[in-house]
Amino acid sequence: MTVSAASTVTVRVLLFGSYAEAAGQTSLTLTVPAPATVASVLRLLRAQAAGARLPERPLCAVNLAHARLDTPVAQGDEIAILPPLAGG
Amino acid sequence: MSFLSDQPLDLGALVARVTAPERGGIACFVGVVRDHHEGRRVLRLEYSAYDAMAEAECARIASEAEAKWDVRVALAHRIGTLEIGEPAVAMAAAAAHRDAAFAACRYLIEQVKRRVPIWKREYFADGTVSWVDPRQPARPAEPPAEAGPGAPPPTDPMGHTDWGV
Repeated sequence: MTVSAASTVTVRVLLFGSYAEAAGQTSLTLTVPAPATVASVLRLLRAQAAGARLPERPLCAVNLAHARLDTPVAQGDEIAILPPLAGG
Repeated sequence: MSFLSDQPLDLGALVARVTAPERGGIACFVGVVRDHHEGRRVLRLEYSAYDAMAEAECARIASEAEAKWDVRVALAHRIGTLEIGEPAVAMAAAAAHRDAAFAACRYLIEQVKRRVPIWKREYFADGTVSWVDPRQPARPAEPPAEAGPGAPPPTDPMGHTDWGV
């Protein structure tokens, strides 16, 4: 008998700087169909008020490391949407 | 070791951390708050960060520098409200000779600016406030690079972004 994979993935999404300001919030929880990627989380986020003003391909991180749009996303991951970096 | 600080940065402390009898060259870089931006007078900057990732990214950058060159490095970035002339970022790289020290120090600041999730708001003398976007003036967006699962992270995290909001 095989164990079927979960059909959805729930992740925590963090918004920073100008993106948090535009969204009026700094975090939210999203549930997307499995298998999920950064791109699929972004698609759902952009369909909501909090993500309506995000650019098409914002800089993103998964679990504290820079990620790509095709980076896989797993249950419980922390996805951060990062405005243009301005350190230094 | 914590890289972010809400207290004034201490370059001397960073130098002390990399100093060793066999290291004859120490290169330092300090970035301080500038009083102007694109012709407008700036009063102060307010820095914020994605703290956990900024700490992780600084640690990765320091490890990379110490792997690329025979150096010891130390760096720190200030968070919070900074007045004109206050150090926002400081670093030191110590090597047996100056070439490696300069190269490693340059690597640290370039990678910090490129990869560490820190943002700043500029408070202008005319009363306006805005998020600093170092990409201005706008440049065209680049298409995302194609790579399969398990591909190494991009060397340039900005390379697959586009610019908006």
